[in-house]
Order: sequence, then structure tokens, then C-alpha cells
Amino acid sequence: MAQTQTSISRRTFLKTSAMAGGGLMISFGWISSFAKVKEALPISEEWTELNGFLKISENGIVTIMSPNPEGGQNVKTSMPMIVAEELDVDWKNVIVEQASLNTQLYTRQFIGGSQAIRQGWKSLRMAGATARHMLRQAAAQTWSVPLEEITTESGTLHHKKSGKSATYGSMASAAAKITAPKEVPLKAKKDFKIIGTSKKNVDGLKIVTGKPLYGMDVKRDGMLIAMIVHPPAFGMKLKSVNDAAAKSMPGIKDVFSVKVFNDDYERQFFDTCTFLEVVAVVGSSTWEVMNAKKALKVEWEPFADYTLKRSVPGGSSQTLTVPKGLESTTIHTASLKERMSKPAEVARKDGNPQEAFMNAAKIIERTYSAPFLAHNCMEPMNFFAHVTADKAELAGPLQKAEFTEKALSSRLGIPLEKIDIKMTRLGGGFGRRSYAHWLLEAAVISQKMNAPIKLIYTREDDMTSGIYRPAYRATYRAALDANNNLTAFHVKAGGIPESPLEENRFPAGAVDNYLAEEFTINSNITTGSFRAPRSNFIAAAEQSFLDEVAEAAGKDPIEFRLQLLDRVIKAPVGDNNDYDASRYAGVLKLAREKSGWGTPLPNVHRGVSAYFCHNSYVAQVLDLTIEKGKPVIKRVCCAVDCGIVVNPDAASNLAEGAIVDAVGNAMYGSLTFKDGVPDKNNFNKYRMIRHSEAPKAIDIHFVQNDIDPTGMGEPTFPPTFGALANALYKATGKRLYEQPFDLKLSEELKGL
Amino acid sequence: MAAINLNINGKKQTVNVDPKTPLLWVLRDHLDLVGTKYGCGIAQCGACTVLLGDAAVRSCQLPISAVANKSVTTIEGLSTNGDHPLQKAWLEHDVPQCGYCQAGQIMSAVALLKKHPTPTDEEIEIAMNGNICRCGTYLRIKDAIKTASNS
Repeated sequence: MAQTQTSISRRTFLKTSAMAGGGLMISFGWISSFAKVKEALPISEEWTELNGFLKISENGIVTIMSPNPEGGQNVKTSMPMIVAEELDVDWKNVIVEQASLNTQLYTRQFIGGSQAIRQGWKSLRMAGATARHMLRQAAAQTWSVPLEEITTESGTLHHKKSGKSATYGSMASAAAKITAPKEVPLKAKKDFKIIGTSKKNVDGLKIVTGKPLYGMDVKRDGMLIAMIVHPPAFGMKLKSVNDAAAKSMPGIKDVFSVKVFNDDYERQFFDTCTFLEVVAVVGSSTWEVMNAKKALKVEWEPFADYTLKRSVPGGSSQTLTVPKGLESTTIHTASLKERMSKPAEVARKDGNPQEAFMNAAKIIERTYSAPFLAHNCMEPMNFFAHVTADKAELAGPLQKAEFTEKALSSRLGIPLEKIDIKMTRLGGGFGRRSYAHWLLEAAVISQKMNAPIKLIYTREDDMTSGIYRPAYRATYRAALDANNNLTAFHVKAGGIPESPLEENRFPAGAVDNYLAEEFTINSNITTGSFRAPRSNFIAAAEQSFLDEVAEAAGKDPIEFRLQLLDRVIKAPVGDNNDYDASRYAGVLKLAREKSGWGTPLPNVHRGVSAYFCHNSYVAQVLDLTIEKGKPVIKRVCCAVDCGIVVNPDAASNLAEGAIVDAVGNAMYGSLTFKDGVPDKNNFNKYRMIRHSEAPKAIDIHFVQNDIDPTGMGEPTFPPTFGALANALYKATGKRLYEQPFDLKLSEELKGL
Repeated sequence: MAAINLNINGKKQTVNVDPKTPLLWVLRDHLDLVGTKYGCGIAQCGACTVLLGDAAVRSCQLPISAVANKSVTTIEGLSTNGDHPLQKAWLEHDVPQCGYCQAGQIMSAVALLKKHPTPTDEEIEIAMNGNICRCGTYLRIKDAIKTASNS
């Protein structure tokens, strides 16, 4: 058995030991989950807390706190599964509760980078193992026998020699008095009973019966509804408000403007905010406020260039300029093309690419582009706030509560310990809810009204308030020698306002002469993380390009990639390649086997793609047919190497969803601008993938290994774009270079 | 303002609201039935789907005056213990990810099965095409509908 130091979250255990010294505690969170099955033990109300992650009732029910917010990744089930595994309890006797934001007890309570399981793995296991150890020690003391002779089995302690046994519940109170150990044994992976088995979503029953779970569902006595009106265009700011008509409408309490940040505030990384001042409308009910919003007469004016200070991880700060102007997509595209023709910043160079291209027998050059995208979470942005003179209570959906809390403390002048943020289930996040300017708006509105309020964005407010996936462009060049060997590879990539380049990823390391360059173009259109940031574009471009290079080299696209990966395994070029070529090749081989790649099907057009991001490896083979002039995706076969899979069916669900999401964004996703105004503001214009357009079948295959788990929410998303593009090429004979594909595709498909 | 007689989930009650108020906001703000969700407000996403009689309707675009005295069923009224065949099938297939759209999906599926007790794939796709799932759980929704239709 491996011994693991408990020092990672030693703070947690020291603190909670002291809390547990108080003995039994009765506590139920505001959004606790009772995912009970019939044969489970009855629920008791007396609990002993053994550490910040769990408490045990006297009859053996274990409540496990899920530290991270839940937005569909299913961490609220899978994180507690890891605790339960090491604690050694029966999953049917586990209740899961959403933990509040508590930076003293937990670390990294946020959604981002597909890191919850990877970075929580050790501390979650330790939380369970530590509590189990304390229970064993309590039993050893009570029975006056050596600790080593105490075993556990599904929530029961045994001493085989004396025949004594006791439930965790009966020993919990004594265990709480034990000092947490400095190190604990962890289970051998072969002994896992819960990890690796599929467990149902702990909130499933609440979801299908419509119970209040979301920020939108929060209600308090005396609560008012607030909405905002923001500038109609990027590049505009508030000039004046005529609220006479709106204020006299039924149910309306007040209209006023709200500044999101204090003027001298130094922003943190996730404090991106499009409109620094918005107009708030507050009233008794949603419908009344919606109507009053329409009656407001607001004047807007263009803003001049302005600067803002932002802290940089490490302690320093930078000054960013927000440029004036009403931007349009036609200008964006022209700027991207112009910058592409000029030298850019070299991010990586191996060998002598210039010479290799001069000596090439064949050069392939292609350019790919993708537009801004809106996240379009199904639950529009919203937050509940109740701010009084000396404290603030907040509840709602957000991804980075820990950071937002700091911004809020600064904005309200209320210390962190007087701010309580409850994390409700997110009706989707996808990156958008990392940038919680709406939480600050809600708090300021509540403070001004001196009342509890719920701020709701309409769908239109949500879609037009910025924080989009950036717009990107990338040009690739490949050099082949007379024997069709890849001798040089060049990528130049840029974006508004961010570069999508990942210079150390495949095929870096596989080519002797390699050049990666990047550039950025500033903009007042705000952007932020969007499921698999950067990878969601660069994988599409790169994997489409490699398909074309393989074809030019006369090679099978999977074999072509495997040969390059084999080169990396045997003799990698450069030292900074950020992927494991064997695992990369592993998923390609698994996808090749499971998809039946070697056996073509009549009238089925196949595309392959593979990508590494968020510490995981994914390969996909997409099969499509053309029916009645439209592409129909018959099947997507997906191979994943994310190490140990904690909850296989839930992980499959997440991967299936990522593939559907990617097909939707690749085919239809687009937000363009004219004079600073987004061209879409609701789902009548913004095309989202629907039931009939989803792939007809998706099968997910996990590589079986004992590697500690890695990301799952994002890595299955980027490969689909390339697999789809490559399959569409097979179907139409034409390559698609610009997303969304649907625009050009309908022309290509005419007559097919 | 007008007094409007409602029949929601078999419960007769009267609300006093602007008759133009959409059913969605009467459910959520006045009757505390928050299972029906706001997604777009223009009947494009299906998150607000409820049953009017046996038909699936978008409650965000339906004035409360139009449902006076008519039988309305929301997700809360579908069953007492979450044991409607569709709810059970949804749990069996562990359909939801974020879950926000799922009440609307289930209500659309209820109307579908009332009309076509054993729907084809194409009938499912047509009936469910008005309900967006941003997480992309469409395949599981289809599987759950088939399971429920067989039970």
C-alpha cells in the first residue's frame, strides 16, 4: 500500500479536527442532495464531522461534501466517489452535498481546464483515507487492540481475532477526537470498488422532477428582480438615461446606473468585463421588469481608448489598452489577412525550416479560420445577492468563485470573511461563467436597494454582453521531399485578441525543421475561455491540414500520423514537446480498431482526427453519409486516454456531449459584427445544433491503464472539428477551410 | 391586472396579474413552480415547455389569459415521486449533464408519447427538434424516450 503524505491539505485537517472537537454537529447545506435508493439506511440528523470533506451520522450515513461547482461535468458525483472509495463505505449510504466556497477548507474550488479530478485526486483520496484511519484508530483504542489488526469493509470496522465489529456511525464520535495522521495508506488501484464503476448523477432525481437547483430558482422573502440594459454595441458607453416612463410602470421600484468596478481597481485575470457601466431596472416580478426595460430611453456614445490595470500571476501588474471604435467582421478579416502576410513572433523553431522549404519537392499551404462564438449556456447569466451594511450573501452559478469573491470584496469594501457565496448548479458554463461581472452587478444593485435581489440577464443580454471565443486564423505550410517524407512544417497563427498557437504540441517533435509563429490583434470585443480554449480552433486547423498533407504524401491519414509519432517516440526533435507520443499513438490505434477503419462501408465517408489537450489524449473517427443533399453523421467512434476513469458512464456522457457540441459549433457556430453590434442576439438567429442534426451514434472507448486521472470535459471536444472536416472532404471532394462549415457546404452539396 | 382562474397540475387557483404575463413567469414568480425554465423568451429553445391539455407548448410565449381554466401540466405535476415512465427512463440512461433543459425535454417527450406511443427515430427527432440541449445529450434523450415507450 502506498503511503501518502497528508500535507497537501494539512490545513484542512488541522482546522477540522478543531471543529470536530465540538462533537456532534447538525448541519444540512442549502442545496444538499438526497440521492437515496430504497435499500439505503434511514437518514439521521446527528452528524460527526471528521474533516472538511465528510461527516458521518450515528447510523452510518456518510455525507460527502463536493468541493467544486457542478455544471454538467458530473464532478458532484465523481469527486465524492473518490472520497467514498478510500473511506471504504457503501455508495448507497452516501449523501452528497455541495460545499460552499471555503478557501480555508478546500483548494481550487472552480471549474476550468478540466482539472477537477486530476488536481483533486490526491486530496479527495486522502480525505477518505484519513477519516478511515481515524475510525480504525478509534476502534483500536476502544477495544484496546493494535491498530494494524483493525480492518474495514463497507462502513464497518472489524477486529477479526476478538470477533468485534462496529459501524462507522457508532465509532464516528470517538474518531473525531483522534488527531489526523501525518500520513495515511492509500488503496492499491486494483482494490478499487467504487472508482471505475458507473454511478448515477446524484442530482438526477431532482433534475427530472424540476426541483430548485439553479441560480435562476433562488427565491427569498422580499426578493426583488433586477435586470440590466447594456450598450447595444461594443465600443459604446452610457451617456444618459431617461427613466420617467419606466419608473412609473407597474411593479417598478427603481432605475439607476451601476459601475461594475471601482475606478482605481486593479483587475485580476477573470475580471474581464465588456460594459463598465450598465443601467439597472429593479421591480417586483420578472415580467414587469422585462417590460420596463423596453420602456427605458437610454443614450449611448462611443468611448475613447482607455486603459485598465490588471494583475499578472506572480505579483506584477500590466496596463491594457481597450481600443475605441465600432468594429466589424469585414475589418477583422482584413486585419487578420494583413497580419498573416507579415512576420510574427517566433514561438518555436527547430532546424532550418527556411532551407527545408527551399529544397522541398512539394509544398502544401492552407489557411483556416473561425469566427467569434457565444457560449450560450442554457441558463442565462444570473445571480442572487443580499448585501447589507456589513455582510454579503450571494448564490448562483459561477465557475471561479474564489476569484470573484476577491473582486466583490474590493467593490463593496466588505472583507472576504463577511462574504458568503453559495454555488448553485450551473445551467451550463463552458467558460462563460468564469467571468462573473454579473455577480458584482447583482451585489451593487442589492446594496443600493437595501434588499435581496436576483439579477437575471435576458437571452439577448446574455448573447450580446461579450466574453466570446476569440476569432482565429492560421496558415500552415508543409514541405515534402521527393520520397514524400515530411521535411518541414510551419504554422503561423493569430487571433482577435488571442493567439491559438500551441507550439509544443504535435507535430512539433516529429519534424526536423519546424517553425511556429503567432500574432494578436487588439479589440474592444471581449473574449474568454470557451471549452478547450485555443485547442478548439487549432486542433481543427491542424488536423484538417495533416489530413491534406497525408493525402499529398499518398499515405493513409492514420498511418501518416503514427509514423510521425513513431519518430517522436524514437528520436524526438526538441526538448519541449508537451505530449506523450506513445499515449497519442495509443488512442489512434484504438480508434482505428474500434471504428473498423480498415473496412470501408458503402456510401460512408470517413474522417479521422486526434488531439492532446488538458492532459488527455483523444482520437475520433467520424462516419457520414449524404442524404437528401445534407450530411448525416452516422457514427462517431471516440478513443480516450484520460488515465483512470472514475465514473465511466458519466465520462462517456460528457464525451458524447462534447462531440455533439463540436459538430454544432463546427457546422453552425458564428457571431459576426457590424459597427460593433453582434449579428445575433437569440436562438432564432444563432443556430444551435438540434436533435435531428446530432450524430446518430457515438461510441466512447477508454484506454485501460493505471495512470492517475486527467481531463475529461474538454479534450474530447477539439478533435471532432477536424474529423468532421475530413469526412466532409471525402463526401464532397472539396476541403472546407472556414468555420462555420455550413455556409460553404450547402453550395458544395448541390447536386450530390 | 386581472383575476385569472388557473388549473395547474390539477390544482385550481386564481392569480391576479397582467393578463399578458407569459405563463412561464406566472409559474416561476407567482406559483413557485420553478421546474419550468427560462431559456430564450421567444419559443426557440424549449426549456419552458409545459403541457396544455396533451400538447407541448412554450410557456414563455403563452399569455396567462390564454390558459384560463385550461388544464396545464408542468414537470412538477408529471408524477408525485419522479416515477413517470419518462422520468424513470431519464434516470436509467443518466441523461442530464447540466440538466437545465431537461424538464422541457421531458415535457416535449410526454406530448410525443401521447401522440405516438412507439415513435420512430424520425418521429422523435421531429418532435424533439424544438428543444435545445447545449450539453449535447440528444442521443441519451432518444434512448430514454425509446425505453419509456417500451414500458
